[in-house]
Amino acid sequence: MTDGKGLSQRSNALSVQALNSFGVFLALVVVFLVFLVADQMQPDGGSFATWRNVTVICAQTSVIAVAALGMTLIIISGGIDLSAGTGLALAATALAWALDHGHSATTAVLLCVLVGSLCGTINGLLISTLRVVPFIVTLGTMSIYMGFAKYIANQTTIRPPLDSVPAWLATLVSTNPNDRWFGFPSGVWFALGLTIVMSLVLRYTVFGRYVFALGSNEATARLCGINVPLVKTLIYAISGGLVGIAGLYHFSKLSSANPTSGLGMELEIIAAVVIGGGSLSGGQGSVLGTLNGALIIAVIGSGCTLLGFQNFTTDIIIGGIIIAAVTLDQYRQRRFAS
Amino acid sequence: MPLLQTQAISKSFGATRALREVSFEADSGRVLALIGENGAGKSTLMKVFSGAHLPDAGTMHLAGEPYRPAGPQDARKAGVAMIYQELNLAPDLSIADNVMLGCEMHACGWLNRQAQNRRVREALATLGYPDLDLETPVNRLSVGMQQLVEVARALVMNARVIVFDEPTSSLTQNDVTRLFDVIRRLRESQRAIIYISHFLEEVREICDDYAVLRDGEVVGCGVLQDVDESQLVEMMVGRSVDELFPSVPHTTGEVVLKLHELATPSLPIPANLELRRGEILGVAGLVGAGRTELLRAIFALDPVRQGSVRIAGQLSSHHPRARIRQGLGFVSEDRKGEGLAQIRSIADNTTLSRLQPYSTSGLLNLGKRREAVDSWMKRLEVKALSTEQPVYALSGGNQQKVALARVLHQDADVLLLDEPTRGIDVGTKSQIYRLMGEQAAAGRAIIFVSSYLPELLAVSDRVAVMSRGRIREIRAAADWTEETVMAMSIRGSEADD
Repeated sequence: MTDGKGLSQRSNALSVQALNSFGVFLALVVVFLVFLVADQMQPDGGSFATWRNVTVICAQTSVIAVAALGMTLIIISGGIDLSAGTGLALAATALAWALDHGHSATTAVLLCVLVGSLCGTINGLLISTLRVVPFIVTLGTMSIYMGFAKYIANQTTIRPPLDSVPAWLATLVSTNPNDRWFGFPSGVWFALGLTIVMSLVLRYTVFGRYVFALGSNEATARLCGINVPLVKTLIYAISGGLVGIAGLYHFSKLSSANPTSGLGMELEIIAAVVIGGGSLSGGQGSVLGTLNGALIIAVIGSGCTLLGFQNFTTDIIIGGIIIAAVTLDQYRQRRFAS
Repeated sequence: MPLLQTQAISKSFGATRALREVSFEADSGRVLALIGENGAGKSTLMKVFSGAHLPDAGTMHLAGEPYRPAGPQDARKAGVAMIYQELNLAPDLSIADNVMLGCEMHACGWLNRQAQNRRVREALATLGYPDLDLETPVNRLSVGMQQLVEVARALVMNARVIVFDEPTSSLTQNDVTRLFDVIRRLRESQRAIIYISHFLEEVREICDDYAVLRDGEVVGCGVLQDVDESQLVEMMVGRSVDELFPSVPHTTGEVVLKLHELATPSLPIPANLELRRGEILGVAGLVGAGRTELLRAIFALDPVRQGSVRIAGQLSSHHPRARIRQGLGFVSEDRKGEGLAQIRSIADNTTLSRLQPYSTSGLLNLGKRREAVDSWMKRLEVKALSTEQPVYALSGGNQQKVALARVLHQDADVLLLDEPTRGIDVGTKSQIYRLMGEQAAAGRAIIFVSSYLPELLAVSDRVAVMSRGRIREIRAAADWTEETVMAMSIRGSEADD
């Protein structure tokens, strides 16, 4: 094989990968354009494609996007985390509780992230030591984490005194023009940064290779000397940490925490990963895809609202998109395989 | 008139010609042995029979009528049934439900169990088992009895031609006897049986006629009585033994691996073994004799219950990680399930067990890795588009090379190879034998598990024969013959009964 030929074939293989992520991005653009046109055709339209609305979309999606980064890791490794939603609420509740009890903001924020990663670590340890499938383990912890959150919050919403919430936390996803930072709220930039870091971790680190290997064939991973329980626990712990960070965003929206507000969020998080090309049988997925997936959901939500559709329409459309995305992905892969 | 007749069947996959103008006949009331090495085209031919593949050219006739199945359902309706190596049963359903699966007798969706059971019992009686409890779930049956259920299903469908694909590969001796009994009954009932195998002893015992496939061609057919073993082997292999087994001179050095009373749940009888540098130790035995279990115990893939493993004199803790660190490499017989991460790239699969050379504090240098993998691919002549191609897109032989590349890349001192030549073509096999010789010459030690005795005896320095989970005897390869190895594998099992 000559070098030139080798290079062109290499770029072929790379371009296939690039195409996969690009496909999701293309879908995002198409969805955006559809709503743009529909909005323009309305009599009082024109508010969809404004900078303000784009900012709102990005700010709204960042909670889901950050948590979905961790979920991407888990799904690539062949697992699932149903406790992400209630874990997120538990972390936010812990944050609110700490602020309410006069602890410093730093302590409260650290506690929030720590609680998140503790939830993840517990999931990881249970999955790798009990050898029960992740679906069941996290179905259980989903309820457990919500129970703890209710206990901490005494079954109500915790609203810490406003002066105890530091300004940066209160404005994390604020779309008020004064709180923006190079056009976007600081939280959007932070989420983007996390996405880039996770993307690099998956592609350029030994840990990243192990995540993929685990998801595509756990037996092979074991045979290659990979410490499977350790890597698994690490994956869930990291993902938990991201869920904790998502908890910050969640709290920031209303500067309060409701212990049951996380229920159902896990499905939205999983949906973002799946629309982004993550395969529930493991071994496939990308954080950039996930980010696009989360944005697609948010764009549809925003578009439907501006078009005056009722809430149920949004639900139906998003459900349809999930099935369509996975069907398309399977079709494409089958063609690629043959 | 022959019951099943094929004329000049050809089938290609891309540039690979899997079948070339295959013609033969199967008569009713006779058992035809379809023999040939792995990769000779037996399974492709079988898929053509079953309708899973449409032939590119050629015709088939069933009892004089043109036979061109469009799919497995079609083939079953026409009366051609397949008994695959891997059984297709619903494990939780009863015998009766499994036999009738897909052809249930019902009225508007209501099962007519009485009529069903009558038919199932009839079929089982034909096979010589009229008294089975039809309500037993099949997962409670032995593999041999499960096979029987599959055969009964074929009879219920009025199969006239029954194809058995390597039916004895996972059977115990008792089950084999029972199966042969069933096949004789099928022969008496004037059905045509096609028996695919590469075990010549079995073929001799149960078959009447033979057809030998090699590289997709029929290279010989006729009545079994007219040929002897060596003629059949020559037809199967198609070349002299010297060409097939290149010899690379190597000498043995000091002990590098020592097992002492090693036992795991799947290898309950403690094993002792010594292996020297530059040595190839072959391990023979029937399927289920404990050969794979021995390798898994050595590599600590199964939990070690007792005993010790010393590598180069050092005690090793019982973890695959520790084994790899101390220089052991394992190539699994199950490429799909365990050996390779199929949807990952060649590069990932080659380097997964040793990423250190390309990582600095956890960060990977992908360019450096690609170069290294590229040179391994060249060395082992892996045919692929690039290092980034997913492994599932490669042929079996090339996949096996990737699996071997991993242990070589890992720079393992002791290679544990479980059926490394299964399912790959003769040319690649020869390459792998040479590679093994070269590794031994470089001072590495190899444990080589294989079910194919000619290669085992030709490539190994010493051969251990296992049966019933026990190493029966180890001798220099030159002191064994295929017959003595076989006798030892079987005698061991009798001695325990």
